[in-house]
Amino acid sequence: MEAETATRRSPAESSGPPGRVPKWALGAIPLVLIVAALAALLTVGGDTLGERRGPPVEDIAVERTVLRPGEIEIAVRNVGPDPVDVEQVFVNDAYVNFAEDTEEVGRLGDQTLTLDYPWQEGSPLLVTMLTASGATVEHEVEVAVATPKADGGFYGLMALLGVYVGVIPVALGMLFLPFLGRVRESWIRILMAATIGLLGFLAVDAYLEGTEIAEQSAGAFGGVELLFIGAAVAYFALVALDRYMRARRERAKAAGAGAFQISLLVAIGIGLHNLGEGLAIGSAYAIGELALGAFLVFGFALHNTTEGLAIVAPLANRPRPSLGRLAALGLIAGAPAILGAFIGAAAYNAEIATLLIGVGIGAIVQVIVQLVPAMRDRAGRALYPASVGGILAGVAILYTTGLLVSV
Amino acid sequence: MAGVALPVLHETAPHQGVHNQFAAAGSGGGGAHGATAGTHGGGQKGPTFKFGDVVDHAANGFNPTEILRDFDYGKTRRLPGGRVVREYELVAEDKEIEVAPGVKYPAWTYNGRVPGPTLRATEGDLMRVRFVNGSEHPHTMHFHGFHTPEMDGVPEIGPGIIEPGKSTTYEFEAEPFGLHLYHCHVGPLAEHIARGLYGAFICDPKQGRPEADEMMMMMNGFNTNFDAEGNQIYAINTVAFHHVNEPIKVKRGELVRIYLVNALEYDPINSFHTHATFFDYYPTGTRLEPNEFTDIVMLGQAQRGICEVRFKHKGQFMFHAHKTEFAELGWMGFFEVS
Repeated sequence: MEAETATRRSPAESSGPPGRVPKWALGAIPLVLIVAALAALLTVGGDTLGERRGPPVEDIAVERTVLRPGEIEIAVRNVGPDPVDVEQVFVNDAYVNFAEDTEEVGRLGDQTLTLDYPWQEGSPLLVTMLTASGATVEHEVEVAVATPKADGGFYGLMALLGVYVGVIPVALGMLFLPFLGRVRESWIRILMAATIGLLGFLAVDAYLEGTEIAEQSAGAFGGVELLFIGAAVAYFALVALDRYMRARRERAKAAGAGAFQISLLVAIGIGLHNLGEGLAIGSAYAIGELALGAFLVFGFALHNTTEGLAIVAPLANRPRPSLGRLAALGLIAGAPAILGAFIGAAAYNAEIATLLIGVGIGAIVQVIVQLVPAMRDRAGRALYPASVGGILAGVAILYTTGLLVSV
Repeated sequence: MAGVALPVLHETAPHQGVHNQFAAAGSGGGGAHGATAGTHGGGQKGPTFKFGDVVDHAANGFNPTEILRDFDYGKTRRLPGGRVVREYELVAEDKEIEVAPGVKYPAWTYNGRVPGPTLRATEGDLMRVRFVNGSEHPHTMHFHGFHTPEMDGVPEIGPGIIEPGKSTTYEFEAEPFGLHLYHCHVGPLAEHIARGLYGAFICDPKQGRPEADEMMMMMNGFNTNFDAEGNQIYAINTVAFHHVNEPIKVKRGELVRIYLVNALEYDPINSFHTHATFFDYYPTGTRLEPNEFTDIVMLGQAQRGICEVRFKHKGQFMFHAHKTEFAELGWMGFFEVS
């Protein structure tokens, strides 16, 4: 090998004395050439291709709609290649007066239009924006409902929803911890399998919801790819976190900390999932589509209690962590629902929602990878009749309890 | 028209909007042009373009207020036998026009305006209409009325389609008396008409009609996104809401004669409704006796008729399509009776 390398290297060296061109220059020269070429393309390159054929491409997307009595506020983004000037607007086939914060929107620029229109509660609205070239961009509001004001009472309500949906159910599920300490190891493995099934269901569910939300997005910053970007970022970030914690543990030689670490990762994954759940609840509330009531709270409680169980399952038959640590796990998993509800209700944006749901998926997938060793039997098999039964049971539990809630 | 008071629908409620920000937007943009600035309506007070926005009539090269009472009798001379010959020249021209404030429409026009000139003659006159196609597209002129097949302005008969740069002369006797129209007859027909190639053709009866304040209203619309499904803009004489900002001035008790033509494409019907008054209606204007005393008529595509009205009271009176969707998309205006 060494001889071969040497012979291959020698012709290159013989072609010129070594070190004639400094290494940095070899790197800098192409860089300068690239910058110069790009600058040239930017300034004169376009002209060589001539004018575009056809009329300007005017494409704007509505990112947010706020309904106040007698007023419709819409935030639009230019997602096309050409600047767009919304000249006139009609709502349900009637021209309206409106205020705009800017005359023309450039590529990727945004604009807020405030329309003076006496809309009726419960009716659909079709907003048509007429551009300078006569092109029309339509935006439909399926059911007009006043957008909630972001005041103290509103945040209080969102916080309460988040607590009901995230914190309480997770805490309830964690109450199984003492019981888990008494059951046989083989049952724990089945429980881990059920947790994997449960998390897998959540991942698929989040993916389906994410693609649905991505379709509503303006597209300027991407759609479904945001889901994958979010998932990849979360997955690799958690893998890196896991490796870092493992290295530290090995240094401290603290055996037993591994179980807590897995619980922590499960809690983070579930927390990111609950952030997405909070987003869905908050945004549904904001557009008046959320039926608030006992059924919603009960359904989510039953549904998310299993998540609490999943967090403590890795801790079964291990030294019990302190109550403070357990509470921290519960909050990491449950509290993001509150944050999600805030974001969803106050600043809903399809692209951000897609990205966050993607983050949740990545986290869940990473947790599943973490949990697989815990369900292996003594022969080292991950899949055997009992574990498969556990996985399917996990899926079935979430499927049936999920039927109770629809957001 | 400068200096005319802003239109006031309800005397107790002038133009300040319900919402302060809108009122501010309105008064801010309105200043210089006085009556031409759109500040009527808003919210519950009715449809409007963005407050302060106006169409640049000078850039368009025509003003709907002027088109209203602009009748083109042609270059007239009398033949030895006493017969009157009227000669016209109409040039088809592609032209971008502003049909709503800020909204440009790539129109095809006769003589650079939409609608084209209102050609007017007396029954029995000889019409010589030279048509020059200065457009990039093939066009014709097809008149409603009596004429030989060669003068019908349709493809493949007589001069047929007039290609860009070519010209022809349509010659026929003005008959029957009444209110007619002319338009391009090249396919696709709906588009050639909708783009703006139409105008009114008034043929007066020999004995004439009673003295009146006369005006021509061409009900039209613009399918600005070219989807051939309805229109985005509805108007009379092209500019939507124009007579909301510049009411049509008439005198109380004086006979007002409206030559009403429906040139709307992509919608099967149109209608005309006057507030607080009734009118005698002469369908197609081909009889001297009205067939109806009403405050509303409904017209199909290319249908037309004459409305004779006397206002009983002074003040501002709305008129609009009672196909209210069209009204709220631009087809409404005011009479100002003094």
